[in-house]
Amino acid sequence: MPIHEKSLIRPENLHVHEELEIDGVDVSGHWSTFIGSRVVTDYNEDLEEEIAALPGGEHIHRCWQCGSCTNSCTVYAVNEDFNPRYWIYLIRIGMEEELLRDGDIIWQCVSCNKCTYACPRDVAPEGVMKATAHWLELKGHRPKSPSILFDEVFSEQVFATGKIEEGRIVRDFFRRTSQPLVQEWLVEMVRRMVRHLPLKQLMTMGWFTILRPRTRGWGRARAAIAEHVAEEEARRRAALGLVDKATE
Amino acid sequence: MAQKYQKVAYYPGCALEGSGHAYDRSTRALGKALGLDLVEVKNWNCCGAMEVKNVDPKLQTYLSSRVMSIAAKEMGFDAVMAPCNGCYHNLKKAEYDLADDQESRDVVGKLSEAAGHAAYQAGNLETIHALDWIKEAIGEDGLGERVKNSLKGLRVANYYGCMYTRPRHIFPEKDQGAGSESTSQPHFMDDLLAAAGAVNVDYPLKTACCGGAHTLSDSDISTKLVLNLLQTAEAAGAEVIATECPTCHTGLEMHQVRAEKMLGVKTTVKVLYFTQLLGLALGLKPRKVGVHENISDSIGFLKEKGLA
Ligand code: SF4
Ligand code: SF4
Repeated sequence: MPIHEKSLIRPENLHVHEELEIDGVDVSGHWSTFIGSRVVTDYNEDLEEEIAALPGGEHIHRCWQCGSCTNSCTVYAVNEDFNPRYWIYLIRIGMEEELLRDGDIIWQCVSCNKCTYACPRDVAPEGVMKATAHWLELKGHRPKSPSILFDEVFSEQVFATGKIEEGRIVRDFFRRTSQPLVQEWLVEMVRRMVRHLPLKQLMTMGWFTILRPRTRGWGRARAAIAEHVAEEEARRRAALGLVDKATE
Repeated sequence: MAQKYQKVAYYPGCALEGSGHAYDRSTRALGKALGLDLVEVKNWNCCGAMEVKNVDPKLQTYLSSRVMSIAAKEMGFDAVMAPCNGCYHNLKKAEYDLADDQESRDVVGKLSEAAGHAAYQAGNLETIHALDWIKEAIGEDGLGERVKNSLKGLRVANYYGCMYTRPRHIFPEKDQGAGSESTSQPHFMDDLLAAAGAVNVDYPLKTACCGGAHTLSDSDISTKLVLNLLQTAEAAGAEVIATECPTCHTGLEMHQVRAEKMLGVKTTVKVLYFTQLLGLALGLKPRKVGVHENISDSIGFLKEKGLA
């Protein structure tokens, strides 16, 4: 059954005559609206499979388009363009070009899992959002989003030492996204934070940034994780048909 | 039946060593005041948080499984308590994945061997939240008996956030009828605070999202979501929002400041960990439960209420 998608009708294809009379009947304005035909030829028939090959996208094929995910979505509530059901639809029919039009907001999913809770088909739409965000970046359609950059800064630290130190994460993240560390609201927050803290504790917090907290004897885990990361990266690239120049 | 969990493994996690230190302090103080034994997991590592899960879910499973392996296999515990919603969620998720998915078992087995520790197997350990811990080990009645300084009608909005209840399948013990926790209408924190004298307001956003995932990467959305949580709590008549997650807690405090600075919208509702509120009710001094470590300044308010 075809699903009516308003957003597939582009504004430039909507034609309205301000004044029109046909066979003596006044069909001015609204009444004369017609939609110019549009031929879509650039389907990506592998799109669903590509998304399904990335972590989180595995169950996309189960979707029956009920819309419960969008209906319950935290981000949809603040931005109506954020529509997981619609993107799942586009992916499943392979309309890559349409999907790319929303490529700049898909990463904004806050992983609240309201969609996963509501979904009657166990699609885990939250995972599909993550898979799609990764797909956009791996395929080179979008630069790395702030969210992906944050995940990377965080994960690199965990992989390196077993633990994270928040101050370092904030600094590294701001550096990587070229944001100034001194932002008015952050300064105000730190001011309020340290107001009641005894000197001793402030000093410990300071030391923490030099003596990074770490898990002892992490070296072997670090090496094993690095190997896994490399294997997984190669697997993902292969699944998306991306052949590295170096290995060609 | 308040004999369970008298001695459990304690997994604080990274946030409780940093921005969530007040939660660590108040949790330990609460355990001490109630005569419950917390033994910190030795040489623990990060659970993987949402960030590693986004990069590679299998690695998050491995990281969480290492913590559980130490608690169960090296230290011989049958329950680990994690106060942080993120840690709690991730340990639960790892447990689910390892019971359910061969590929996860393979990755964990391989990485554990290479890293030189025993691989965790599903069923070796039970993961509980700080709420389960107090609820089971002490219970409402036990808590009521020990209250020295009742919260005296303090009006509280209980905020549980996302990770404590969603997705449902990783919490098989929830939604099991009377006595169990509910994923749509969680009440464990409400129950405990009521036992300590608080009045729980009708708060419709108990499990709404604070945008913690993007607190820095998409601050505007986080501020919007948090402001909604704060304003709704105020509209519901709450003086305090009680929290049970360091990410939510810090998010609420941070974006309360940010909303004031960037949007010019000031809210006055206080934000306190439920462990802080329970500690105060047991007669602990504000410093003992880390009130001075919070960003939002509650000291004056608590004095006014006779709780400090
Ligand atoms: S809730 Fe599930 S089945 Fe319904 S549209 Fe969303 S993903 Fe598809
Ligand atoms: S997890 Fe993402 S897609 Fe799902 S409801 Fe939350 S914000 Fe929306």
